[in-house]
Amino acid sequence: MKKMMLGNEAVARGLYEAGCRFVSSYPGTPSTEITEFAAKYPEIYAEWAPNEKVAMEAALGASIGGARSFCAMKHVGLNVAADPLFTASYTGVNGGMVIGVADDPSMHSSQNEQDSRHYAIAAKLPMLEPSDSEECRDFAKLGYALSEQFDTPVLLRLSTRISHSQSGVAPGEREEAPLRPYEKDAAKYVMMPANAKGRHTVVEARTRALAEWAEQAEINRMELHDTAIGIIAAGTTYAYAKEVFGEKASYLKLGMVNPLPKQLILDFAAKVEKLYVIEELDDILETHCRKLGLAPVGKELFPLEGEFSQKLIREKMGLAPVPFDEFGEQIPVRPPVMCPGCPHRGMFTVLHKMGLTVSGDIGCYTLGAQPPLSAIDTTICMGASISGLHGFNQARGEESAAKSVAVIGDSTFLHSGVTGLMDIAYNQGISTVIIADNSITGMTGHQENPATGYTLKGDPTFAVDLETLCRAVGIHRVQVIDPNDMKALEAALKEELAAKEPSVIICRRPCALLKRKVKPGKPFVIKPDLCRSCKACMRIGCPAIRMTEQGAVIDDTLCVGCGLCKPLCAFGAIAE
Amino acid sequence: MIVGVGGQGTLLASRLLGHALLAQGVDVKISEVHGMAQRGGSVVTYVKYGEKVHSPVITQGEADVLISFEQLEAARWVSYLKKGGVLLTNTQQIDPMPVITGAASYPQDIVGKLKALGADVRAVDALALAEQAGSAKAVNTVLIGLFSRLVDFPEETWQEAMEACVPPKFLELNREAFRLGREAAC
Repeated sequence: MKKMMLGNEAVARGLYEAGCRFVSSYPGTPSTEITEFAAKYPEIYAEWAPNEKVAMEAALGASIGGARSFCAMKHVGLNVAADPLFTASYTGVNGGMVIGVADDPSMHSSQNEQDSRHYAIAAKLPMLEPSDSEECRDFAKLGYALSEQFDTPVLLRLSTRISHSQSGVAPGEREEAPLRPYEKDAAKYVMMPANAKGRHTVVEARTRALAEWAEQAEINRMELHDTAIGIIAAGTTYAYAKEVFGEKASYLKLGMVNPLPKQLILDFAAKVEKLYVIEELDDILETHCRKLGLAPVGKELFPLEGEFSQKLIREKMGLAPVPFDEFGEQIPVRPPVMCPGCPHRGMFTVLHKMGLTVSGDIGCYTLGAQPPLSAIDTTICMGASISGLHGFNQARGEESAAKSVAVIGDSTFLHSGVTGLMDIAYNQGISTVIIADNSITGMTGHQENPATGYTLKGDPTFAVDLETLCRAVGIHRVQVIDPNDMKALEAALKEELAAKEPSVIICRRPCALLKRKVKPGKPFVIKPDLCRSCKACMRIGCPAIRMTEQGAVIDDTLCVGCGLCKPLCAFGAIAE
Repeated sequence: MIVGVGGQGTLLASRLLGHALLAQGVDVKISEVHGMAQRGGSVVTYVKYGEKVHSPVITQGEADVLISFEQLEAARWVSYLKKGGVLLTNTQQIDPMPVITGAASYPQDIVGKLKALGADVRAVDALALAEQAGSAKAVNTVLIGLFSRLVDFPEETWQEAMEACVPPKFLELNREAFRLGREAAC
């Protein structure tokens, strides 16, 4: 009996069925649910690590220790983990190791849309790419077989559309993979130059062997129908092309996207009249074809940006468009917003009011960049708020440090912000850093982190004491403020910005959606007779407040009674 | 195709549908949006079924049915509806941030304009029905109840889907919400 599974759930199912014992990840959309689903299997040890580098190193350690292991991350997480990735390619594995990496074309929830296939090529690792949930499960299992057969970590490339689509999967049984014996093998696992030279030779031989395997692999298959059009595709684009052409085209469906087969592609090209390569993001398959002397139609037709769809393929390949009607009027956009009761709202209201330069980071609080708060100047990558502010202020001097802050969440701070804070303290900077501590990893959907006091499996554990940590790296001025007390926050900011030494303000209030800490309060109301429609309450950008011709109104289905709006009304119109 | 505002519970609606569809022995694909795109933003879930479904997404002019949790979202996504397709919409109005800040205005008489496009529009106050069932959060089940009239799945299919997808303590409430949607006048 088939069960509907998200691609991510199916990957977790594959880990389970393959006898995987160890999973360590850092959350990142769209990869997060793999690890959450894996954690539901008692047979799998699963944890959140502080960042992707730690997660991958832990997974490699578990593999060297003889267990089948896994780690998952989003595409930008692989940048963080790139250091162990490249050398894990040299050491190879003991127990099989699979690395899940989920790309986000169209950037539904990311800061860039890099193509992770480049990493497979650069680190000389095999990469599999499923195109539905059943393949997610199957390829995860195949990944372990390949990993152990070829002594290599295996990358499993996903994308938002694969990770977050559900389709039917017939669950199989778990096959236990007993812990392999560990034997000391310095030539394989101690990567100093003398040993690494030998291992590089092994890696090159392995790539040749994998390329041979790719020629015969069942997952790289030709589907020959009408041969006027031949399409080479993998993952999502195979599904889109199949939807458009069905049996009116032939396909070379590649399940392994690195290394790529040569003869198989040449054979396919010889069987079709016109060859197309349809791939999202970069021209990796196309470039490979060109190296083989083929001249497929690829990026001259298809974009390097964004997600594809059947519509895009129809349009680019000159097929008649599907007719449709449009509403025909300007429709106001509906961007994501901070939730009602969000603790970041008070903080950004104060930062906006004070006109500070804000060095932002990655999390829900990136939404502080949008109107009406418009309070963020820069957002680059995890942790860059603090280190970026340090550079900004060292370049622009003390005056700049008195008018600027970094804003970073608790989970992001532990991921890679604390090293930036060390940079400030060690190099005697005077920047001010706000840690927005909402007691959870919010944006990815509430994952535990080392400061929350709970593990991924829900067990209570030691919680990092952020105040002590900041002091330990050399920050002597550390204050804790409730960001909904906007007056207190403003006073604290003035004090710390004036100080000629570095400081940290911890804005501590749990995420409004964190059920174990927050009970939604009674909605507030606006007394229509007292409201003068001055719109002062609209400045905080709360989705629960809207203006009508009769004045402001609070939507009682949205308001959680945080009370942030109440002191903004000079006429006392907002009441509990 | 299910559209709404992040936080309205569109994901449960698509899970209920997926469960009911799989029980019909057809191939099903559902594609949803997680992460940053939720947070009160415009959200869309594609639900496709048939003998064999390849692409998990729906593009303009392809949806047989559009289920909208909010009026403005119905207007935003109506181009995805097949010409003459069925549009089920909740009449609830949730202002997006540009309307809240006064940078844009909420279009008037959306339902009337959608009807004028030639779509088979059926509008209900799903929020009121959900509240009648016991919780404003049950808008999703009300709308699935409304949808259930368009297909001839046996009643047990829907009941089983709810049992599989809804936590036990909210099951009765959701059964009632489903019934109110299934019987709603529109």
